[in-house]
Amino acid sequence: MAQHSVIDDLKKSKILELLDQGKRMDGRGLDEPRKVTVEVNAIPKANGSARVKLGDTETICGVKIQPDRPFPDMGDKGIFICTAELLPLSHPSVETGPPNPDVIELARVVDRGVRESHMVDVSELVIEKNKSVVGVFADIVVVDYDGNLFDACSYAATAALLNTKMPKWEMTDDGPTLVEGAESDLPTTTIPVSITMAKIGNHIVVDPNGDEWASMDCRVTITTDSDGNIVAMQKGGEDGFTLDEIIKCGDLSIKAGTQIRETLKNAVKAG
Amino acid sequence: MGGRESTLVLLDENGIRCDGRKVDEPRRIMIKAGGLKNADGSAYIEFGDNKILVGVFGPRDVHPKHMSNTDTGILRVRYHMEPFSVGERKNPAPSRREIEISKVIKEALLPAVILDKFPRTAVDVFIEVLQADGGTRCAALAAASVALADAGIPMRDMVAACAAGKAADTIILDVNNEEDQAGQADMPVGYMPNLDKITLLQLDGVLSPEEFKKCVKVGVDGCKLVYELQKKALHEKYFQNGGDQ
Repeated sequence: MAQHSVIDDLKKSKILELLDQGKRMDGRGLDEPRKVTVEVNAIPKANGSARVKLGDTETICGVKIQPDRPFPDMGDKGIFICTAELLPLSHPSVETGPPNPDVIELARVVDRGVRESHMVDVSELVIEKNKSVVGVFADIVVVDYDGNLFDACSYAATAALLNTKMPKWEMTDDGPTLVEGAESDLPTTTIPVSITMAKIGNHIVVDPNGDEWASMDCRVTITTDSDGNIVAMQKGGEDGFTLDEIIKCGDLSIKAGTQIRETLKNAVKAG
Repeated sequence: MGGRESTLVLLDENGIRCDGRKVDEPRRIMIKAGGLKNADGSAYIEFGDNKILVGVFGPRDVHPKHMSNTDTGILRVRYHMEPFSVGERKNPAPSRREIEISKVIKEALLPAVILDKFPRTAVDVFIEVLQADGGTRCAALAAASVALADAGIPMRDMVAACAAGKAADTIILDVNNEEDQAGQADMPVGYMPNLDKITLLQLDGVLSPEEFKKCVKVGVDGCKLVYELQKKALHEKYFQNGGDQ
């Protein structure tokens, strides 16, 4: 979404003018994320799934589980992989073809947030040590764009993983064999929540929407876990944060993250 | 995930199919026009367990430029399945199958759209299969027509689509995944009811000449059912509650 237009420049001055009065274009408080709506099990064919709307940004995550060979140096751990893709129907500027650096960053940041929180307990995903493990693939697609894909993708992944039912395999002479009717919840340890904040002028706003995203000077994404630890961070954009600003962002991420964790938990429970 | 067992009964003695339908009964179909904010036109369809989202952009500049045509606008279609849409995780890169389906859907839509008023532009149709369960190309084509209409692209008619086929020696309407795998024939049909034109037609399986005729007719009848739902979807968006969402 690196495309800039004259309109963005015009909007930026308006956004800044409002921020100086402590307001945002869509009426939110500076530390207020947009409404998160979660529909779990949106794709019944997947082992787990969620369709998440963060304001007008919309993402779908489907989790697929299948037996796999372990990585050579990690024979006692299962595999967790998270991908993200911007679909061309999400925005007029998105083109088909290999992903651009923005999208690669998006996928890696979302993967890192979930991975580093140790949400998925990969030590529980071993079928036979060094031979066969369970692979968990969380594939996320963006279907509509209005800024802050990092958080929208992260919430979709988290909600889908919480909603995932894991089939059971047993090692036989033919390799891993599916045990019918022995599904269990995916072993998870915590609920990571990422919060992205943008710096526009000298203001920090939580969950920038599309216009704010196009106007920001820089951004930081901070992922927290259920215990309130910060587990992953990514700064981006062409400007920098002061130390005070980063500390403030850490506090904001814990505060906003707590509310969103509840939203995700309740949606999974209700679904 | 193990091969399908032959215990599956495609048609029981009362003429009921494996998913409880009668031979001439389509699956549950829900079509919604609009829904995507950024796309110029969009549609969402649930066709049985198929779930498909379509976004349309344009007419807009052609990129790469050499694809543009000075006499008319061009239509481009991408049919794509999500990795989580099928049983085994699908590689996200476009397969040969997806490239072929993109082409047949494009050629099914071309007779409907009027693009000569927009030279040097492109209309892009992006089809994303979120969940697949047999008959995705028909469901995708029906949804793409609604999305094109929603985008305000001038059209001669909407293309409706539905598959017919043969299972347990009987001609059936709207072949589902099990019937596609274990049945005898699958015939996707795309059809413009107002112009009485079939714009998509494929077949795999064996049909006698008689069966073939019946199968096409059943397919076209299915298209007419779908057509009503397509019109209803547009009507719901534009003529109720004051329209624009």
